[in-house]
Amino acid sequence: MKNKVVVKFKDFSFQYYSQAEPTLTDINIDIKSGEKILIVGPSGSGKSTLGHCLNGLIPFSYRGIMKGELEVGSLVTKDHSIYDLSKVIGTVLQDSDGQFVGLTVGEDIAFAMENDETVSSIMHTRVKSVSEMVGMDQFLGSSPFELSGGQKQRTALAGVMIDDVDIILFDEPLANLDPATGKRAIEIIDEIHQTTGKTVIIIEHRLEDVLHCHMDRILLINDGKVVADMNPDEMVSSDLLIRYGIREPLYATALKYSGVKIESTIKPGHMSTLSLPLVKESILSWDAKVEYEIIDTKHEEILSVKHLNFSYDGTREILKDINFTIHKGEMIAVVGTNGAGKSTIAKVLCGFEKETTGTINYLGESIANLSIKERAEIIGYVMQNPNQMISKNLIYDEVALGLRLRNISEEAIKDKVEHALKICGLLPFMDWPISALSYGQRKRVTIAAILVLDPKILILDEPTAGQDYKHYSEIMNFLEEINEMGITIIMITHDMHLMLEYTKRAIVLSKGEIIADASTAEVMTDDLIIEAANLKETSLYTLAKAVNIKNPTSFVQHFIEYERREVRGR
Amino acid sequence: MRTKLFSYNYLDTPIHKLSGLTKILSFLLLTFAVMFSYDIRCITGIMIFAFIIFKMAKIQWSQVKLMVVYVIVFVLTNAIITYLFAPEHGVELYGTRHELIKIFGRYTMTLEQLFYQGTKLVKYASVIPFGIIFLMTTNPSEFAASLNKVGVHYKLAYPVSLTLRYFPDIQRNYQDISLAQQARGLEMSNKASLKSRFKNALMIIIPLIFSTIDRIDVISNAMDLRGFGKGKKRTWYSGKKLAKIDYIALGLSLLIFMITIYVSIFINHSRFYNPFI
Repeated sequence: MKNKVVVKFKDFSFQYYSQAEPTLTDINIDIKSGEKILIVGPSGSGKSTLGHCLNGLIPFSYRGIMKGELEVGSLVTKDHSIYDLSKVIGTVLQDSDGQFVGLTVGEDIAFAMENDETVSSIMHTRVKSVSEMVGMDQFLGSSPFELSGGQKQRTALAGVMIDDVDIILFDEPLANLDPATGKRAIEIIDEIHQTTGKTVIIIEHRLEDVLHCHMDRILLINDGKVVADMNPDEMVSSDLLIRYGIREPLYATALKYSGVKIESTIKPGHMSTLSLPLVKESILSWDAKVEYEIIDTKHEEILSVKHLNFSYDGTREILKDINFTIHKGEMIAVVGTNGAGKSTIAKVLCGFEKETTGTINYLGESIANLSIKERAEIIGYVMQNPNQMISKNLIYDEVALGLRLRNISEEAIKDKVEHALKICGLLPFMDWPISALSYGQRKRVTIAAILVLDPKILILDEPTAGQDYKHYSEIMNFLEEINEMGITIIMITHDMHLMLEYTKRAIVLSKGEIIADASTAEVMTDDLIIEAANLKETSLYTLAKAVNIKNPTSFVQHFIEYERREVRGR
Repeated sequence: MRTKLFSYNYLDTPIHKLSGLTKILSFLLLTFAVMFSYDIRCITGIMIFAFIIFKMAKIQWSQVKLMVVYVIVFVLTNAIITYLFAPEHGVELYGTRHELIKIFGRYTMTLEQLFYQGTKLVKYASVIPFGIIFLMTTNPSEFAASLNKVGVHYKLAYPVSLTLRYFPDIQRNYQDISLAQQARGLEMSNKASLKSRFKNALMIIIPLIFSTIDRIDVISNAMDLRGFGKGKKRTWYSGKKLAKIDYIALGLSLLIFMITIYVSIFINHSRFYNPFI
């Protein structure tokens, strides 16, 4: 059945009832049976809406005006229910925890069969065989709390494969996964594609990570239209990615810096296909030419943690003998797998949890006796999801909250709030309701609400999670500005781009212990650390090794410095 | 460590092995028997039975201590209020009057009232262990399945299991939000007045609701996409097949139920056992 068209958009457009403009216009796409397609596009481009149209959530859950034709399998979507469609196309959503509706892995995988009124014995056999395909057969009785993000996602994958669908749709599968797990997820998708021959459609903006494995075509969506439909080589060679706010693969950026003209002929679509002999000379000569003096001006110590231990129950140690020092004005990353103790360190620093033993000094003085409220005036903590912090209607009130709770006069509050809003670029919106703001703006509101308390250190939990390149850059440039004003910034993250571009130092945690405290370039080129912290090798390092650069770590360092100074002018 | 609301742990006991359906049916039969009958002989028998099952299920006292304390407080309050409002109810029920002591005004203590309230206490003491056993030994996964099997529509039963699934998430989320708001200066201790404590609680609950709504959207989409709500019925992956032990348990519960009813109808000729005539 090769070459049979299984998805056909014909002059398709869609407009939500709640929107003034159509979200999708003039969509014409043919996807053939067995193809592996990547759909990329910035936030708000309409790529998620496209996914909703494919799996039937539009018009089942989200209503609007649909024009033109859309056929999935042999079904014309507007004439069929979401249930009919679910037998043809299965969807793995980005929130691998939220979509876990069963109490155990087995139940979750069986969910669709339960709804089909399948008898128990058949379900158990089928669940067993499907779970083997994704390597979850040893975990059928496990509850979601015992599983890692990657395992939850595999469960979700098994949950849609149980229906033996022809098409599998992945809606931002990498959004909540750490780099190593994300890489593995892409490999599993590839394996399933190769062994079953199913049609695979991936919606994702993290292009480089998806291109870890082969892709037949990439569709680039912008402003509700398909602006490009190319193979990976053509796409990476074009200037379309940059024009539409999609991050190009890092190795491609490195090639450009070294003066290589990127064309289809050098096969730049995947790192693994790149024609090395054609680029080797340029890279080697660039690396030899670039030399930066690393100015390491260490300021005074602002925070020092010594022999810190922490345990919830007195037996199982969550943090073991943690020692580190942070200097004033630094911007550093804390990395590690889920459960390595990253968030716990933040909680102990903020006083949310009390250390079992050890000392935390701020400017040389112990802060052990300060309450949560008092510590907040030294160390501010910004949660990952802004919706977890916002409790007022108006921006002004939200930012003023911490001051009002400290019984400061309204006049003094006004000055401080306006100052914080100005820093965050929100002054013109001061009297706006928060509900009118975008996600990125809300994030700024929560940062402003913390900055207003005038902390000297800011801890941010995954500041850029789930953001596309444009919003990521906005948030990070903003944080960099705050940092330049003298606020020390600690970021808990597993975004490797963030580490590479914005932090000079990284503290790596594994199983409650610090296993590395070194420059970002060193951390990201050390195989042992990469493995222990669930990071993955950056393609810069892969490239450097592939062309036999003597010191690949210094190549990565050169790239970082070049980008920081020549490109971003910092 | 935080205490968990439903601390189901699988233990290798005959009670844990019973299917959820058996447990819910037995629970209903025995509870109904106790609720129906006011015959202290039958109820005491059932109470002893309840304690034996409790032992068999190897439930640790520490697991249920808090729950039991609450229940005792409730039951005692209930007893006192019952007496205050209807001190002569026993006399009305049993038709005789054996006065023990005079307390105050119309409040006298009669043997009948004592017997009536004693019977009620024993009723509570036998029903509550069954409730605890049911909660502690039923696999949450089976909970919804068993509700569905006794006739509750699956669209009502499934949310029960979903609540169990997402409850710990919401709990954790609440904890995180609460801490972050405390850092901003929120006073959560007893120092604040009742009014400001209420206002402060809102500052945690509002973000909690908003971040929970985000999730509900994801969950309901995930369920729709996998065909939830398609048919009139659904089957259950975790529903156990009834085994020999289930039939024994069901038979025993039914027997106790019938004996209680039989005693009431054919021996006492009333729901009440009257030792005074």
